[in-house]
Amino acid sequence: MTNAPLNVKDLRDQLHTLATREGIHQWDLGASRGMNASVQVDRGEAKQMKAAQRSSITLRVWNEKGLVGVTSTSDLSPDGLEKALSGAYQASFFGNAGDIPGFSPLATAPIPELDRPLKAAQSIQTLLCTLKEVECELLAKHSAIETVPYNGLSEGSSERIYLNSDGALRHMQRTQASLYLYARAEEKGRKPRSGGAVRVALGSSDLDLTGCINEAADRTISHLNYQPIDTGRYLVCFTPEAFLDLLGAFSSMMNARSILDGVSLNNKDSLGQQIAVPFFNLHDNGLHPAHVGAASFDGEGTPTKRLCLIGNGKLENLLHSEATARQFGVKPTGHAGLGAKVSVGPDWFEVSHSNGMSSSADHLDHRHEQNTFVLIESLNALHAGVKASQGAFSLPFDGWLVKNGERISVEAATIAGDIRDVLNGIVHLEHDTVVTHQGVSPHVWIDGLAITGEA
Amino acid sequence: MQMRGLVDTHPALGLTFSLDPSHTPWKERLESLLQTGVRAGADLVEVFLERTDHLGVLAEQERITSVSPSFGMGAGIRVFLGHRDGFVSTNDLSASGLTQALDQALAMLELEHNALLPDSGFQGLHQLKDFGADKDSWLTNSPDLSEITQRLLEGTARLDQFGRHLEVRRGSFSRDWQEVLVAASDGTFSRDIRLHQSSGLSVLAADGEHRASIARRFGSSDRPDDLREWDVDAAANEVCNSAASMLRADYVDGGQMPVVLANRFGGVIFHEACGHLLETTQVERGTTPFADQVGETIANPAVTAIDEGLSNGAFGSLSMDDEGMESQSTVLIEQGVLKRFLSDRAGELRTGHARTGSGRRQNHGFAAASRMRNTYIAAGPHSTDDLIESVDSGLYCKSMGGGSVGPTGQFNFSVEEGYIIENGQLGRAVKGATLIGEAKEVMPRISMCANDLDLAAGYCGSVSGSIFVTVGQPHIKVDSITVGGR
Repeated sequence: MTNAPLNVKDLRDQLHTLATREGIHQWDLGASRGMNASVQVDRGEAKQMKAAQRSSITLRVWNEKGLVGVTSTSDLSPDGLEKALSGAYQASFFGNAGDIPGFSPLATAPIPELDRPLKAAQSIQTLLCTLKEVECELLAKHSAIETVPYNGLSEGSSERIYLNSDGALRHMQRTQASLYLYARAEEKGRKPRSGGAVRVALGSSDLDLTGCINEAADRTISHLNYQPIDTGRYLVCFTPEAFLDLLGAFSSMMNARSILDGVSLNNKDSLGQQIAVPFFNLHDNGLHPAHVGAASFDGEGTPTKRLCLIGNGKLENLLHSEATARQFGVKPTGHAGLGAKVSVGPDWFEVSHSNGMSSSADHLDHRHEQNTFVLIESLNALHAGVKASQGAFSLPFDGWLVKNGERISVEAATIAGDIRDVLNGIVHLEHDTVVTHQGVSPHVWIDGLAITGEA
Repeated sequence: MQMRGLVDTHPALGLTFSLDPSHTPWKERLESLLQTGVRAGADLVEVFLERTDHLGVLAEQERITSVSPSFGMGAGIRVFLGHRDGFVSTNDLSASGLTQALDQALAMLELEHNALLPDSGFQGLHQLKDFGADKDSWLTNSPDLSEITQRLLEGTARLDQFGRHLEVRRGSFSRDWQEVLVAASDGTFSRDIRLHQSSGLSVLAADGEHRASIARRFGSSDRPDDLREWDVDAAANEVCNSAASMLRADYVDGGQMPVVLANRFGGVIFHEACGHLLETTQVERGTTPFADQVGETIANPAVTAIDEGLSNGAFGSLSMDDEGMESQSTVLIEQGVLKRFLSDRAGELRTGHARTGSGRRQNHGFAAASRMRNTYIAAGPHSTDDLIESVDSGLYCKSMGGGSVGPTGQFNFSVEEGYIIENGQLGRAVKGATLIGEAKEVMPRISMCANDLDLAAGYCGSVSGSIFVTVGQPHIKVDSITVGGR
């Protein structure tokens, strides 16, 4: 597969010519192109090998009434571009006069330099050999691990462009590789159990294969000894992965678009209010060095930056696009997509302990705690069990009941609560933060969460 | 391009070429490609071509806030050798683009384009099976943007008329048009046109600290007039009644209890708990407990379950699957006995289960896999009242949210609208319930089926992407299940 980059100049010139011919004076465009190769194996044999080449553009135009229309296409041919321009123009006559997006005032501001060297791709046969060895090593870790039903090793490259009729031009390239391993183990007379791990890196040769194998094996084996749990309220410790998942599911609390749409738990007056315990900080940092998928600009060309969302428990800032920022009287924050109604979303969360603030249960440490607690390893089915606009969640989870320091895997249980109670009920953030593939967080302790089990 | 002063409100805009072999020499191009693949040593080569045209529209309160058209094209080329396969997808449908994709798929299996065998055995493509021959007008006959926006605004107005304490009112519509052409070196040569339309209403009701968000989505296949015929009043009424019930509902107390699940979207329990485990992709992975149980009892004798692609206008219906095979009706479970698995080309090759016309994919970027279509539990002999009256203390799940199933067969789904059952009577509304369990344990506990089978449209995300499906069932009773709550 060829790796010819997008020809930015050609794209801009074509669009400029087409738009000028049709009397369209304001337009912008986001384009992306990507190539990816991946392999899956099944007990020593190649199962499926895949490769993909994808390209797409999203084009916005402003018509003579100032209304915006948008169209997306994977057809980057001159015909495709012309059709996209025509479609966006037609759609503009149904644009929302009450909320018209504009160009980001930061679309030509300097963007941060990312230290993300592009890595050369390995051949798909090399990926296959690597994954076969990885699977073999994982299967050998414990006699109960019979298969690794969900596995994959992939790597790819991508590039993104943003340009507009005012002369803004953003272009970035990146490479990324990932490995996931979800093993299934079964002991005679007992139910099958599973556990997994994920690693990401800039290239497949940089992946922490051993770490991923060991983590998948340790997690799977740790669930072999399982019991039902009594229904009740428990002292709960979330692993960093689980807590970041929960925060992500309720990111509408910090999302200006959601606030303007009336579907956030917060409102315009919530800024400055206490929404979490005073020792809780939350930043969004798309530039974090461990964020393999970092981008230097968002869908509107606004530079990415580190943003304090919750400081000392108070809501400090919101995630913004150009349009929401204009309504709040602030600058865009670099969290926008590109569309007629521009979406806003978080990038990479960092949870940390506020300087000088102490928690009420500073002694808690999931590695040494002797009192009974539930350690939540991962939350499942967030798409179904989270009611973001209500604050409620009721989610199946994988985890352990820890008694006197001994971990017993929990069989088939759910955890339920309200995110506002969670944030205000944190009793401790452990001192060590953990960098995961989706953000940074310490282990987080909350008391009195409801757990329903089969016992 | 004629745009100024002539606004075409029909969004059938992005189609820059045709897959119809009567217009374009696709047969010759594809035969050449397939010949090359099999002469390089492949057991079988399959090419999937598609064009798509999507439109999404959102209304909020009294405004249209988003109109999002998109269109695209692409190819997925799959090469089989023994039990292995290589799959390459591309947006480039030029001759060189397709050849390059084939070469890459061959290379994955260590086959070379240039190492041609003298006789491939490829006999050429069969005569085209054109399931799309009479569907060319579907896209232009579906509602234009003016009609769509009017209809959605009618929906949000009805919500305002019927509901109370509504802070957010939304109406949404999506239309997915797809033309596909499938060719394989076993001679398969089929074309189809699909049209899926989905409309929905949702509200956020709030009163002080009380909040309830309720949504309903409706969907059809192959019915250009579906949005025009949509009963907006009934939909708005249903949403507002549900919101009124749930606004001040308490959270459910969790525990083990009997539940009665309503018909229509209640069928998500079978979809998640059992349906996925009857796909050959799960047999291949070793993640279904039912792999060796064809002919054995796996469910209560009250349960007969069917998966089919034939119901007229249902969201999961297909004229042909994404491997060019005509749609079928497949009895999965008959009176508790496992009869068949859902199988695709790879599933048949790797597990021996014959294909059932169930090879499906979201788009050309995914290799087809065995997936559900319209899946439901058949009607039983009871009335709904029989089921409710048989429960002393339990939960009635009137409306369900989404769900999922994990690698060990543990499933879950959320309850959007629930009511306590006490002494055989429906009681107060409760919210926040999540049902979890394992298929092997739950299927024998479905002890009663009512006589009111009904279907509901949904989306299913799995190994080959997000696809249109129907779930369904009559009211059913599960004797005991874990209800997660507070």
